[in-house]
Amino acid sequence: MIALALRKRATNFIMFGLTALCTIITTGILFFILGYLVWNGATALNWSFFTNLPAPVGEIGGGMANAIVGSAKVLLLGSLIGVPIGFLGGVYLNEYGGSVMAFIIRYATDLLNGVPSIVIGIVVYALVVLPMKHFSALAGGVALGIMMIPIAVRSTEEFLHAVPSSLREAAVALGAPKWKAVVTVVIPAAMRGIITGIMLNFARVAGETAPLLFTALNNQFWSNGWSQPTASLPVMIFAYAISPYDDWHRQAWAAGFILLALVLVINVLAKFIFGRNKFGPRGN
Amino acid sequence: MTPMTEGNVNERPVAGLYRQRRGSGTSAVPSPVKLAASNINFYYGSVQALHDITIDFVEKKITALIGPSGCGKSTFIRTLNRLHETMKEARLEGEIRLDGENILDQDVSVIRRRIGMVFQKSNPFPKSIFQNVAYGLRINKMAKGTEIEAIVEESLKKAALWTEVKDKLHRSAYGLSGGQQQRLCIARALAVNPEVLLLDEPCSALDPIATAKIEELLHELKYQCTIVIVTHNMQQAARVSDSTAFLYLGKLIEFDETKRLFTTPSKKQTEDYITGRFG
Repeated sequence: MIALALRKRATNFIMFGLTALCTIITTGILFFILGYLVWNGATALNWSFFTNLPAPVGEIGGGMANAIVGSAKVLLLGSLIGVPIGFLGGVYLNEYGGSVMAFIIRYATDLLNGVPSIVIGIVVYALVVLPMKHFSALAGGVALGIMMIPIAVRSTEEFLHAVPSSLREAAVALGAPKWKAVVTVVIPAAMRGIITGIMLNFARVAGETAPLLFTALNNQFWSNGWSQPTASLPVMIFAYAISPYDDWHRQAWAAGFILLALVLVINVLAKFIFGRNKFGPRGN
Repeated sequence: MTPMTEGNVNERPVAGLYRQRRGSGTSAVPSPVKLAASNINFYYGSVQALHDITIDFVEKKITALIGPSGCGKSTFIRTLNRLHETMKEARLEGEIRLDGENILDQDVSVIRRRIGMVFQKSNPFPKSIFQNVAYGLRINKMAKGTEIEAIVEESLKKAALWTEVKDKLHRSAYGLSGGQQQRLCIARALAVNPEVLLLDEPCSALDPIATAKIEELLHELKYQCTIVIVTHNMQQAARVSDSTAFLYLGKLIEFDETKRLFTTPSKKQTEDYITGRFG
């Protein structure tokens, strides 16, 4: 009897310890990565990192101002392409897709989401870069936009789906045609969730490297307009990390830290937006 | 709960105002029929949910639909403003006439504005109290600016909610209690000035005090519109309605003046149900 009780307690202790350990490892990895980035990149993290162009080889210092602006540009363009298409596609899918149609669209978006990002890079290379005859911010933006579509579709659909049907009924029962009920009641009710989804989507593609490698390529200098090759943080990290220079390595770590910080901030912000009183008043 | 043989049922002049459908011989002055459902058959896919239901709803009276769960009360009331059309696989046969004209042939938006509805579970929009009431006016482009403000106030007053919310019109409707939310939904329905108001078990999620408030409200509202109320609460039907229809298994068993249906039901099934032998 006592032996059994002891064995139960021992099993309990071991399993508890094991699950706790795994939890610690999971969260620990994040903090480890953050710490490691700071540890290695901190010396390169200074004001000039944000304001200066990359220094020529052999010269210490310099920054990644062009890559930061470049990332912003391709992300902006990507969002302008991916968000409207994904959002409207999601609205169609949830509100108007018949069961067969919806199944096909859902399946296709899931497949698109599963397409390796480097493949999307190649396709955009063939469709945009080759006809234009050079790498460009435009091509990078198109690649990121395509990356954003499937998740935007599915997250929009999911949040619209979560709106109680009683709200649609209330609107329709007041004489609203379906499209009006969707625009004036369903979408506003889901808006917070949809925005959160878009922010997380944005954060996810912010770190994408493969689709930018042979679309936006890279640039050691400022690039004007949309048709020039453009630096971006992920590609800069790649280029600097494989270089033989210690100072560049440090800068790659620093860039990694900035990128991760950006993603974390967006995530926290998204949580904050979504976490607030879901049906708060929206003023008048 | 007031025993239905005394109290407010008797206080209202109900006798003699009805067009008797299944002539019990006392038919006197014919009263105007606002909404008439005739020979309604309703199918969910291949399952028939309603069988040949014919009911006339008299203008500015309250008609209650009672019956055990699953008898088709809610299904029936949802056909009266064509809300069943939002469901796939739903099929309706028969005619529903509003002022003599078949609503199935008319613009559904107009019909739903003329025939308002309040649902079982209060369903305010995730907007401010003001925006909730103004919604129908705005989407139907019925009023503008200060006109909207006036109608919102009037509707909230009609729904006996004005004094409770007048200082927080621009706060979220979700801050209100369940009973207040339901009255807000009534105000929202009243704002577009419906001729008929359908209520689908409006009190089933409310406590007795909130229920009493809504019942009181119905007595006021019937001077403005024709009211159809679904309820599984027989006492409620007895308290508020002028006439009552008893539905069972998708069929209309009996339809009569409320007083008569509850005191001298003509059908055995009705008697069994109202005396609590089943259901």
